[in-house]
Amino acid sequence: MLTLECPCCGVMADETELSPGYEAHLKRFGPGASPEEFEAYMFARKNPKGVHFERWRHAYGCGKWFLAARCTATLEVFGTYPAQVSEPPPEIIATIKARRPDWEGFK
Amino acid sequence: MKRYSVFAIAREAMRNHMGWDRAWASPEPKPAYDVVIVGAGGHGLATAYYLGRNFGITNVAILEKGWLGGGNTGRNTTIIRSNYLQDPSAAIYEKSRSLYETLSQDLNYNVMFSPRGVMMLAQTHHEVRGYLRTQHANALQGVATEFISPQRVKELCPILNIDGPRYPVLGALWQARGGTGRHDAVAWGYARACSDMGMHIIQNCEVKGVRSEGGKVTGVDTTKGFIGTKKLGMVVAGHSGQLAEMAGFRLPIEAVALQALVSEPIKPCMDVVVMANTVHGYMSQSDKGEMVIGGGTDGFNNYTQRGSFHHIEETLRALVETFPIISRLKMLRQWGGIVDMTGDRSPLISKTPLGNCFINFGWGTGGFKAIPGSGWAMAELMAKGEPGPLAEAFSMWRFKEGRFIDESVAAGVAH
Repeated sequence: MLTLECPCCGVMADETELSPGYEAHLKRFGPGASPEEFEAYMFARKNPKGVHFERWRHAYGCGKWFLAARCTATLEVFGTYPAQVSEPPPEIIATIKARRPDWEGFK
Repeated sequence: MKRYSVFAIAREAMRNHMGWDRAWASPEPKPAYDVVIVGAGGHGLATAYYLGRNFGITNVAILEKGWLGGGNTGRNTTIIRSNYLQDPSAAIYEKSRSLYETLSQDLNYNVMFSPRGVMMLAQTHHEVRGYLRTQHANALQGVATEFISPQRVKELCPILNIDGPRYPVLGALWQARGGTGRHDAVAWGYARACSDMGMHIIQNCEVKGVRSEGGKVTGVDTTKGFIGTKKLGMVVAGHSGQLAEMAGFRLPIEAVALQALVSEPIKPCMDVVVMANTVHGYMSQSDKGEMVIGGGTDGFNNYTQRGSFHHIEETLRALVETFPIISRLKMLRQWGGIVDMTGDRSPLISKTPLGNCFINFGWGTGGFKAIPGSGWAMAELMAKGEPGPLAEAFSMWRFKEGRFIDESVAAGVAH
């Protein structure tokens, strides 16, 4: 079972305690956006095989959203971090680079 | 190709079965083809077959990373039905179901299509209203379905508990001409027919890159070298995102794991397919006697072909409530497949930003039933360069244009 540490309340939470929220760090578009921008925000996804950044909610715990870095090919978890950032923090990037030297980096 | 028949069996019985040919050839790739299809699963092979049969295009290679039919074609619960709500879905799935009816004869290969009937239980008043609506839509679409009473449900499937403690059965949407098929045989039958037309099925050949020039694909780089092509068709599940990235575009798809399991074999106890979408589980009995059970998808991106155990617990809890007699059955095997979920839970059969590159992706949790119809529509798209009536609504640009084929609401979770 997937286990993630909630960075908001510090609990190591099982998957059954969490709600998945799919890809993180999407740039939001709303009224005034072009159809292409809105489609990219709403539907187009990286869907990588490997390092992935995603949103989770500690639904049956503190209720807060947070973000996780995870490998979709092995289910390895690189770390979790608060959701109030527009890109992964340097320590998460460093952890991933240490374990996946050929990773192309966050883009 | 030697035809399979009762006479062939009798002839081979007389000579220790030494005269059977290999069902398909395993040639080395040529430098170039008229059409290259990536993915030798059911959909890819069906695309190739109908390119040859309907359009006479036989200079075709079908590239497969692993072995033929080794992905979701060999991992599904083999349900075939066409009782969808939206018109484009009903059209392509009904085409597919009708092709399944004569597929064994067309391919000279027994795909064991068994139109035993598919029953989708209504266990809430909301579901009753939903299925009544689907039944009326199906009547307009020319798909034969009927809404049946709980008593009729019990007659058709006596092992069902219609007075369940949480969700009593209030009726069901019944498609008498739906059923099941032998999933591997569908891939093998198409492969044999494609090979017989002179097409090349190249297994253990992974695509590593897509080469293009001036907005047109020139060929693909593979683990067996460069293979040139005039037209490229990408027909895969799971790795559609990686292929699209090689070709330089992004898709409205996320890959998640869907699980299934089978029990130990028992005596025949149900001769229909039952889907219970409210409690979420579906079940049928295979010819070997195993109960074939479909579960749920995980809610996160996953390429590992295994899912989370708590989904199995949820599925079995739901099914024990629905079919009390299975409570002491042992489960034999459990596995996962990687399914491509699109934003509206409908597939993409589409042109792409590259002129001679076409995609057939995103069948989500319900691809097996669609194999013949999907191949039919994709072959038409690839041969003519423009989608025919079956495929045109499934363009990848429908998300930008807001023309969704919203089966996520219409079909619920189970496909």
